[in-house]
Amino acid sequence: MLMKAKRLTALLLAPVVLMMSHQALAEEGGRWSYNMPEGVTPVSQTIYGLHMQMFWWCVAIAVVVFGIMFYSMIRHRKSRGVKPANFHESTTLEIIWTAIPLVILIIMAIPATKGLIQIYDAEEAELDIMVTGYQWRWRYDYLDDDVSFFSNLSTPREQIQGLEPKGPHYLLEVDEPLVIPVDTKVRFLLTAADVIHSWWVPDLGVKKDTIPGFINESWALVTEPGTYRGQCAELCGRDHGFMPIVVEVLPKEEYEEWLAAKREEAEAIRALTEQTFTFDELYDRGRDVYNRWCVACHQGDGQGVPGTFPGLIGGISVGPVEGHLDVVVNGVRGTTMQAFGSQLSEVDIAAVITYERNAWGNNMGDMVQPIDVFNFKQDN
Amino acid sequence: MAHGPAKGISRWLFTTNHKDIGSMYLWFSFAMFLVGGLFALVVRAELFEPGMQIVDPNFFNQMTTMHGLIMVFGAIMPAFVGLANWMLPMMIGAPDMALPRMNNWSFWILPFAFFMLLSTLFMEGGGPNFGWTFYAPLSTTFAPPSVTFFIFSVHIMGISSIMGAINIIATILNMRAPGMTLMKMPLFVWTWLITAYLLIAVMPVLAGVVTMMLMDIHFGTSFFDAAGGGDPVLFQHIFWFFGHPEVYIMILPAFGIVSAIIPTFARKPLFGYSSMVYATASIAFLSFIVWAHHMFTVGMPIAGELFFMYATMLIAVPTGVKVFNWVATMFKGAMTFETPMLFAIGFVVLFTIGGLSGLMLAIAPADFQYHDTYFVVAHFHYVLVPGALFSIIAAVYYWLPKWSGRMYSEILGKTHFWVAFVGLNLTFFPMHFAGLAGMPRRIPDYHMMFANWNMISSVGAFLFAGAQLLFLYIIVTTIIKGRKATDRVWENSEGLEWTVPSPAPYHTFSTPPEVK
Repeated sequence: MLMKAKRLTALLLAPVVLMMSHQALAEEGGRWSYNMPEGVTPVSQTIYGLHMQMFWWCVAIAVVVFGIMFYSMIRHRKSRGVKPANFHESTTLEIIWTAIPLVILIIMAIPATKGLIQIYDAEEAELDIMVTGYQWRWRYDYLDDDVSFFSNLSTPREQIQGLEPKGPHYLLEVDEPLVIPVDTKVRFLLTAADVIHSWWVPDLGVKKDTIPGFINESWALVTEPGTYRGQCAELCGRDHGFMPIVVEVLPKEEYEEWLAAKREEAEAIRALTEQTFTFDELYDRGRDVYNRWCVACHQGDGQGVPGTFPGLIGGISVGPVEGHLDVVVNGVRGTTMQAFGSQLSEVDIAAVITYERNAWGNNMGDMVQPIDVFNFKQDN
Repeated sequence: MAHGPAKGISRWLFTTNHKDIGSMYLWFSFAMFLVGGLFALVVRAELFEPGMQIVDPNFFNQMTTMHGLIMVFGAIMPAFVGLANWMLPMMIGAPDMALPRMNNWSFWILPFAFFMLLSTLFMEGGGPNFGWTFYAPLSTTFAPPSVTFFIFSVHIMGISSIMGAINIIATILNMRAPGMTLMKMPLFVWTWLITAYLLIAVMPVLAGVVTMMLMDIHFGTSFFDAAGGGDPVLFQHIFWFFGHPEVYIMILPAFGIVSAIIPTFARKPLFGYSSMVYATASIAFLSFIVWAHHMFTVGMPIAGELFFMYATMLIAVPTGVKVFNWVATMFKGAMTFETPMLFAIGFVVLFTIGGLSGLMLAIAPADFQYHDTYFVVAHFHYVLVPGALFSIIAAVYYWLPKWSGRMYSEILGKTHFWVAFVGLNLTFFPMHFAGLAGMPRRIPDYHMMFANWNMISSVGAFLFAGAQLLFLYIIVTTIIKGRKATDRVWENSEGLEWTVPSPAPYHTFSTPPEVK
């Protein structure tokens, strides 16, 4: 009997062992990744341990149950000429197979409870970062450092449409990653601006819903510098599959340098508000802004998606500038058109409006300067 | 006894006969099964390889949403009601359902509900695209205009289910033949009785939550909008208070079917009948106190997480009891493996796999990684496809000879089983791996590291779909030209339904049988 059980286990393990050899492939970004990553935080490693422990419990249970079942299916067939027994009740058996699972469950529940307590302990964080989900991008605010930026998908649309070969980080790459220091307890405060999203980075062991109007809390203490990738995990509309998360973990000094550079950059963008630009400068900048922020809904050719997202050829783009500014800055309540006034800088809003009014045959010939946007925001 | 079926279309429109209504439910659910399957194939075709090839992401979302809604409310639930209509009166020795006119009504509003739901796909802005769980505010403030039609059709489905449930309870409690005490009822009757109570308890909750959505969308309330003092998470609590019992509504009758089939083909009485009844009741009770395990990542206090984790783990106990009882029934029996038995054994094995992954998901800390990934998709398809669906198919093969008076082809039936078995494992087993490797659910495009699993899944899905067309062919040819079935059909079948002729006459048990 024991020999049989061993052979059965070996048989069941065969595919698992077989796949181990594919692990090398998986590390090359191959196509056979099959298990949860162990990750780089104490929490992710706790979760991985629990996961594997649960997995082996399940394998053991399956081996016993299916073992008896298949034994019976092979031995107790009518074609072998067996006569059926007639037993159909045993209180002792019922008590045994109620009690044993109960004991196993208690054994499982103890480490699970400990793990949960660890995950919920977000006290004494050294760095607070606000994560805000938008349709369909992430915003990161470094609450103590006055640094804030958006993180957008940077995979070119040509790759998505199959016109170009796909890069190694297809759909898991962004224009500006979240940057955090190594060996530092970072607390994430999570919320959303429109619908519910969920911020998930498997290697960090963090998945938390971002809920509009509420703030959730989570934390990570990353022990190895590196780049870690994740995705939005809660269906949030059309481009739910296109809002990845990239976390870059830097050594502490490099993080400080990055932070300083980021502060200067913000200062420089504020300075641009007072500059006057030529039409071409605005138009070119506007095209870039449009392709990063607007294209998902209004489409590359400005046609929109009939019935869902309005086109930008004619309509608002050829109406008064004031109206155009109002929609872009304040959004349209009750629709998916967001208020970009708090998301884009004055210069970017000016540029994208200029672009929309002159692209796709809209030839209005007018332009909007950053200072116009600034003044509009003051008045409205 | 002179009352036969009416002639022509009016037989079906005005019928109050439980067998006619049962047949209509079954045909309707089969039609919906094909429609829902078609939507799944659109999804699987798009996911065949990375990149956007076939549909737009918004249409992809409509397909995943409609697939879920149609399969849950249009295929699985009506199929079980159809089986209940056909079998409950015959199993308890009653002449018909207790409330035959209401029975007609509860069927006939369904086609209209689904016609309305499907018509949303052709409306401006498209159909529901917010997932079958329709979380607010994606389904309220950010929904397409057709959401109002979706809400109305959910209301109609709910009314249909509640009427069906009332009818089933009234029938079982009032119309049993003399001597048919509660603890003598076949397990299918027991599981349906408990299911009917679940339906009455939770369908009004579903109606409530969609009505709150309607209010938020059209009448200026803010149940689910924080800006007006509401809470989007409230939606999830209400939805899953309906939703978790709902998943047991889709599996308890399946337990009853399997408990009828395994003893027949093991030629041995069901092991632990009374413990099966108590286990079913315990599962039904627990189903009301575990709903928030669907919401471990919404940011509940740790006390809540712990409570829902422990309660969820407890479900493993009565479910385990059931599996052990089935195995004990087979043990030392004299088994044969006709098509219904194959599907029933497929059910026990694969449902157990789904149950084990469910146990993993119950562990709240680990769920932080599993939640909303393909691991979850694999889990619930394992309990719903080889679970609920296989039991329905098994029931059709098991009772079709009684309904039609004709036998199906055993070779074709077994072919159907093996193709479906291979197809569904190819489809759903790789999803475990894709999910663990980090693939979120409900995405139309993905990174290459998930590519191989998805390709295998897509191939499996088309294979599985092919098997179901074979199923349709088998049913139709059996009804038209299958060889005649005997009254008892199976060598060792037990129960009142096998004491009436095959095909079962239009009216059975006009005088109640004596049950000893």
